Amino acid sequence: MTTATEDRKFTVADFASSQDVRWCPGCGDYSVLAAVKKVLAEEGIPPEQYAFISGIGCSSRFPYYMNTYGMHSIHGRATAVATGFKIVRPDMQTWVITGDGDALSIGGNHTIHTIRRNVDLKILLFNNEIYGLTKGQYSPTSPQGKVTKSTPFGSIDDPLHPLSIALGANASFVARAVDMHPKHLMGVLRRAHHHKGTAFVEIYQNCNIFNDGAFSHAQDRKLRADNVVELVHGEPLVFGAKLDKGVVLDGQNLRVVTIGEDGFTKDDLLVHDEKADLSIHFRMARMRSPEFPDAIGVIRCVERPTYDGMVNAQIENVIAKRGRGDLQELITGRSTWDVAEVDEDE
Amino acid sequence: MSVDSPSHGPAKATMDLHSATVRFAGDSGDGMQLTGMQFTNTSAIFGNDVSTFPDFPAEIRAPAGTVYGVSGFQLHFSSEDIFTPGDELDTLVAMNPAALKMNIAELKKGGILITNLDSFNDQNLKLAGYSHSPLVDGSLDNYRVHSVRMTEATLKAVEELEALRKEEGKEFSLSKKDAARCKNFFALGLVCWLYGRKMDPIVQFINDKFAKKADVRDANLRVLNAGFYYGETAEIFQNNFKVRKAALPPGKYREMRGNEALALGLTVASQLAGKPLFYGSYPITPATDILHELAKHKSFGVRTFQAEDEIAAIASTIGAAFAGTLAATASSGPGVALKGEAMGLAVMLELPLIIINVQRGGPSTGLPTKTEQADLLQAILGRNGECPMVVLAAARPTECFDIAIQAARIAFRSMTPVLVLTDGYLANSTEPWLVPDVSSLDPIEVEHPTEPNGPDGAYLPYKRDEWLARPWALPGTPGLMHRIGGLEKAAETGNVSYDPSNHERMVQMRQAKVDKVAEYLPEQEVFGQEDAETLVIGWGGTYGALREACTMLRAKGHKVSHAHLRCLNPFPRNLGEIIKRHKRVLVPELNGGQLCMLLRAKYLVDAQSITKIKGRPFMVTELYERIEAMMTDKTNGK
Repeated sequence: MTTATEDRKFTVADFASSQDVRWCPGCGDYSVLAAVKKVLAEEGIPPEQYAFISGIGCSSRFPYYMNTYGMHSIHGRATAVATGFKIVRPDMQTWVITGDGDALSIGGNHTIHTIRRNVDLKILLFNNEIYGLTKGQYSPTSPQGKVTKSTPFGSIDDPLHPLSIALGANASFVARAVDMHPKHLMGVLRRAHHHKGTAFVEIYQNCNIFNDGAFSHAQDRKLRADNVVELVHGEPLVFGAKLDKGVVLDGQNLRVVTIGEDGFTKDDLLVHDEKADLSIHFRMARMRSPEFPDAIGVIRCVERPTYDGMVNAQIENVIAKRGRGDLQELITGRSTWDVAEVDEDE
Repeated sequence: MSVDSPSHGPAKATMDLHSATVRFAGDSGDGMQLTGMQFTNTSAIFGNDVSTFPDFPAEIRAPAGTVYGVSGFQLHFSSEDIFTPGDELDTLVAMNPAALKMNIAELKKGGILITNLDSFNDQNLKLAGYSHSPLVDGSLDNYRVHSVRMTEATLKAVEELEALRKEEGKEFSLSKKDAARCKNFFALGLVCWLYGRKMDPIVQFINDKFAKKADVRDANLRVLNAGFYYGETAEIFQNNFKVRKAALPPGKYREMRGNEALALGLTVASQLAGKPLFYGSYPITPATDILHELAKHKSFGVRTFQAEDEIAAIASTIGAAFAGTLAATASSGPGVALKGEAMGLAVMLELPLIIINVQRGGPSTGLPTKTEQADLLQAILGRNGECPMVVLAAARPTECFDIAIQAARIAFRSMTPVLVLTDGYLANSTEPWLVPDVSSLDPIEVEHPTEPNGPDGAYLPYKRDEWLARPWALPGTPGLMHRIGGLEKAAETGNVSYDPSNHERMVQMRQAKVDKVAEYLPEQEVFGQEDAETLVIGWGGTYGALREACTMLRAKGHKVSHAHLRCLNPFPRNLGEIIKRHKRVLVPELNGGQLCMLLRAKYLVDAQSITKIKGRPFMVTELYERIEAMMTDKTNGK
């Protein structure tokens, strides 16, 4: 189903539903919602060509606020719902909104399988390292030792790392952005939008009620320069307020160096390649402050056939080869017999 | 003379029978399912009415010779209309001691037992738990035992072929072990002689299946004929039998099993609706064959999705239904339990969806390959909240085709998930099917709005029509963008609502919508006389046994009638009135009395249960006896 898109220009208002947004004041979700609407308005595809499908959690209320087709499904299953949707309607721009609990705890299985299949979905994982909707229990991404209502003596779980999971499932597109850097976030969303295949985007999102400041190193204007490296394809990994720090590959490990010290120059730095081997992307994705700067931007972007594309191509190929099926022939099968009026002696 | 192929020369006497029940039993690897299917096929083509029941272990290849590895295939063929695979066996073919041990109890006294004598060695006897051979200890004196050296005869037939090949200067590719594997065709040939079956369809099958393996093909053909001739010439069989053609309605027939019928029904429904089928599924016994069948139907636009788990399987179908197509999923009890939350979502979203439960023995993993009807309450009540959905149940293997189409009609018309119950027995059993003319099937009407339906150009996704169904706007339609979800929604707008009276109103609305389905479904039919005192109410795969038992009871002068429910939620609109007409209501089920409980609750009737929970179907005789006993019990079970 397509509609004439020429001559139609869209504004942010075209993508806003009539529903009042009900997140807590100060929640990082607001800035992500604004960024998504802005990017979609720019892209020139009409709202009816989008579907937003979410699971359960604070961020999963997102579809209610978009004037597109949308479904607020059940906990953990958004990617599975979206997979069925996209297979049937490859023409629809299909986005999945999920959180750290939704995608990595109750829905971990579906996340892995959606990514390895490379279904053409844009998955935004709002990672706030906490269960917000149930009022503050540790999540699968909370750091060890996290004190919450369900872990009064500190969490003993080793956290899951969202992008490691995605890369481990052979993701074709992996990126990270921060809720409070709208400009950078919009750039990542734009890239995700144009990627053909599963685009997996982790968004550092502040829960100012139950986990305030979990990502302050990446959000705070003063801190972020020294704690975040913005990846740019073909460019070296440089960061720091004075742009004097960088990341080098030292043997098999990454290491932070200061340019001009110990004989390191800019030429020694690791140059980002979105199409490089998974293992280097894995190491970059796992860099975390304070030892390393957190990598933000597009970490990996490679081409891989999409699942929905292949499902539909297989059907087209079969029809091209054998023609459309004949229903009568199908139900009749190959082995039949005729019963005439009963004749008593055989 | 009933045998016209391939026999020549004088034949023995032939006895006429109305019907016969035969079971082939052997090791899982002995090819008993194939043997049974071929005998079924030739009987059906001959013109008998046929009903079959395969019975195989959950283990794929349990150690050879053990009782765990015994696989059986039973068929009942008749010159009359039949509904079941038969109770007691007239003939049992036991390919080894374990097969004998597992099946002998069901052979009727005076019945024919054919064994492969070559397999009754010390090792196999020990594996089967026999301290000495039952063939010589007198324990089988009540049967007509024919012990045949089948392996030896098979090897001999293949050796002759090998000699022939060598004469022609050709290679021969079969080892002795390969040759011995042909012995199931010896048994098949022998039983074909015994019941005067033409072997042409079997010969055709062997020619097709082994077209590219001339040695295997010719070896099997020789062994098949050797079995047939053995029956004719050996001195041990006094006569053979003839079961005449059944008076089936004229037309083109094929064999059909329940799972295949469901798959074909879904495909036909999708074509009738002009909605390509999306089928999301996770493999589980005994439902998997539906996925296997549908995966072949790509030229009909069928999209099958083997999901990572049961939950993803149904979640993907919910996505597909929202996307605007015919969506279905199937599983068995444990898988349906996993789907429960998503089924609730489908009820809340009010999307058309078909969920099939091919029931097996439970609880938990239970008896995966055995049949049971114990998921009825799960189907009707097994979700959180007030969560009604339409529940249908197929009564016969071939009816699975019709029920799939009916499920699609209801799902589209009433915008509701529809749960279809079948069971392991229906799934794997076969019967002849009068192939319908697809052009005679009514199209399934599906509407999608293209214009707003509310004030000021608003689209109201939960505005209702005469059946209380909501509109189904296709994603991509300009101006009709809307959001749906699992949270309670305001009437008409579908916006999230926590309003107390709205919630109550919506709960009642969803219930009323499902109840209303009874208004357009056919009324319940009753088999039997108007003045019957006792009403037997059944549902699902017990249909055949109940119908035969009631027919026998009536022939004996008992005033009994039979109502078999196809729709369990809502109940047929005239069911209460039917129940009131009878003094006594009996409810036989393969569970602990689940339908009985529902009928008692809904109609305040003192219905009595007849239950069986053994992983096996009812036998006609046991039903006959139990119903008769309850009919003559003046205390009415108290």
